[in-house]
Amino acid sequence: MGQLSGPTDPTADAHWEHSHPRKGFFTDTSICIGCKACEVACKEWNHNPQDGNLELLGSSYDNTGALGASTWRHVAFIEQGQERITEARESGRALVNLGMPRIGPPAAAVRTEQDLAQVDTTPPDTADFRWLMSSDVCKHCTHAGCLDVCPTGALFRTEFGTVVVQDDVCNGCGTCVAGCPFGVIERRSDGTVKVAGKRDGQHAEHPAVPNAGVAQKCTLCYDRLVADETPACAKACPTTSIKFGNHDDMVETARERVAGLHAQGLTEARLYGANELDGVGGTGAVFLLLDEPEVYGLPPDPRVPTADLPQMYRRAGMAVAGMVAAAAVAFLGGRR
Amino acid sequence: MTHSEFDSFRPPEPTRRRRPGGKRGTGRRDTGDGSREMPMVPEPEFTSYYGRPVVKPAPWGDEVAAYLFLGGLAAGSALLGLGGQLTRRPTLRRNARLSALTAVSLGAVALVKDLGRPERFLNMLRTIKVTSPMSVGSWILSAFSVGAAVPAVAEIDRMSGARLPLGPLRTVLQTVEGPAGFGAAFFAGPLAAYTAVLLGDTATPTWNAGHEELPFVFVSSAALASAGLAMITTPVHEAGPARNLAVLGVVGDVAAMRVMEHRMDPVAAEPLHQGKAGAMLKWSERLAAAGGLGTLLGGRNRAVAAASGLALLAASALTRFGVFEAGLSSARDPRYTIEPQKNRLAARRAAGIAGDSITTAG
Repeated sequence: MGQLSGPTDPTADAHWEHSHPRKGFFTDTSICIGCKACEVACKEWNHNPQDGNLELLGSSYDNTGALGASTWRHVAFIEQGQERITEARESGRALVNLGMPRIGPPAAAVRTEQDLAQVDTTPPDTADFRWLMSSDVCKHCTHAGCLDVCPTGALFRTEFGTVVVQDDVCNGCGTCVAGCPFGVIERRSDGTVKVAGKRDGQHAEHPAVPNAGVAQKCTLCYDRLVADETPACAKACPTTSIKFGNHDDMVETARERVAGLHAQGLTEARLYGANELDGVGGTGAVFLLLDEPEVYGLPPDPRVPTADLPQMYRRAGMAVAGMVAAAAVAFLGGRR
Repeated sequence: MTHSEFDSFRPPEPTRRRRPGGKRGTGRRDTGDGSREMPMVPEPEFTSYYGRPVVKPAPWGDEVAAYLFLGGLAAGSALLGLGGQLTRRPTLRRNARLSALTAVSLGAVALVKDLGRPERFLNMLRTIKVTSPMSVGSWILSAFSVGAAVPAVAEIDRMSGARLPLGPLRTVLQTVEGPAGFGAAFFAGPLAAYTAVLLGDTATPTWNAGHEELPFVFVSSAALASAGLAMITTPVHEAGPARNLAVLGVVGDVAAMRVMEHRMDPVAAEPLHQGKAGAMLKWSERLAAAGGLGTLLGGRNRAVAAASGLALLAASALTRFGVFEAGLSSARDPRYTIEPQKNRLAARRAAGIAGDSITTAG
């Protein structure tokens, strides 16, 4: 058993003896264009079956909904008016004023090109408005709730510091689903997808769903990593919004980018998951967001539940002692 | 902004989601005696991504809630069985042993049935992982089952007049019967309590927020359920200890539940009072109180004892189903994930702790 919380190197913690660097994503949502190429590339490479009934969800251009057993990349679309933009800028500035941690040396001084805060970024023919797009993915946490609570050992820490499910070991108990503070991992249903209406030809039948009944999530393309390849989503991203590399480099890049955006007056930019002192020990997939995390459907203060496990076991021990004592009293106490 | 003559017919702009009713802080009950901590930071406004949940509810059906009940019932029964064994109460001993084996068998079947791949249930024993309450619990359940099965089979053999085809194993069975009873009793407490850790060690808001007191709720509920069953199955002259245990269980259950609700994050506690879960927990408390009173006042009357026992069994089942359901509904609504987290983050920031946030400025 390794460390349950706090900063650590997850690979060493899992007793890997060789030194692969930890791999991770940096998703820069400020240059995401919402093309969903990552979603498609992920589905194709990982042979993930159709999710849902191809319905329109009425949430901007997002008809995927959320990450799930068969959706390992999910592009969120948020439409915001001027009031919300101002609020986001303020909350970002508040973060700076709080002296929020800058881990390590300050990011390299960025040449201040121009103050972009006053630049008109209004899309043509649209009133004061902005579109936030963000490609969400499994965070591959330093302290992964799913991995900690898995009873079968189906979930494991790879040599790249990522968290992967072994499909042939998982028995579908579902504990990991409740254990994830980000709502990423999910048990794949038997895949009896109902097709909307009768259709002839190729859509009439769906291929059998692989890995039904077991937990599924992003593997950070483990099969590609072992071949020294870039994960499918990062490879497909046309704007380099999804960057892939060594985790340390990703955090460094993220810090430089957010410093650059701040220097240009875009104080709404902030990092998510880059702090190894947070509740999950920092995430393997780091994000640059332009508003509060919950706006994107991310938890504002996630904490890996297992961090409190020693305390829970202690309390359970006390409860057991109480129960045994109650039984003893029941037999020894006043004979009624 | 575009203007057209039809602007007045447009639906109003969607506003950011607020609490239903628009009133803030209705979840906090002010008792007026200052015992409840007052919020020091203003409650932040609640935003979510199209109202979609942040965390996913466990994909567990009613089988798991039933197991929470049956596991507790088996655990308490094993303790009563050992007590009967040690204090020479043969009927109580026999009935409690048979109850323990029946309940644990049904519970195990329910657990296996709920797996995504039931044929792989033995994978639970592939490894021992202390960070996984499910793994620890699987081993506790296995050890308990062995300990409960041996004395129960011995009882069945005795009841059938030694007609089970055991052959020379009968002597072995009669030798290990007593020690096995101790074994079952040893694992009984852990069996009753680990399920609380299993629920507490999740990101499901209501379960996680109650992780400190949930073990006490669950062992009390187990005690009162098993005592209730023994009061139904066993004549009153041997059921004295069961009546004692029932009263202790009721006191523990009601007290632990109250303390839990009081100490939990007030927002995360709301699902315990709402909807189906709220109704179940309310009735659970009423039935527990009724069963406890019945036991105290009329426990020596066979009919009253049986009725009280039934009320206690129902109370325990409702507690388990209620807590289970409250957790699932807290995971389905993003409010219960986001608001407590925003509150605690704001409180930490107000206290000058700014270094442990997942959101950073650089």
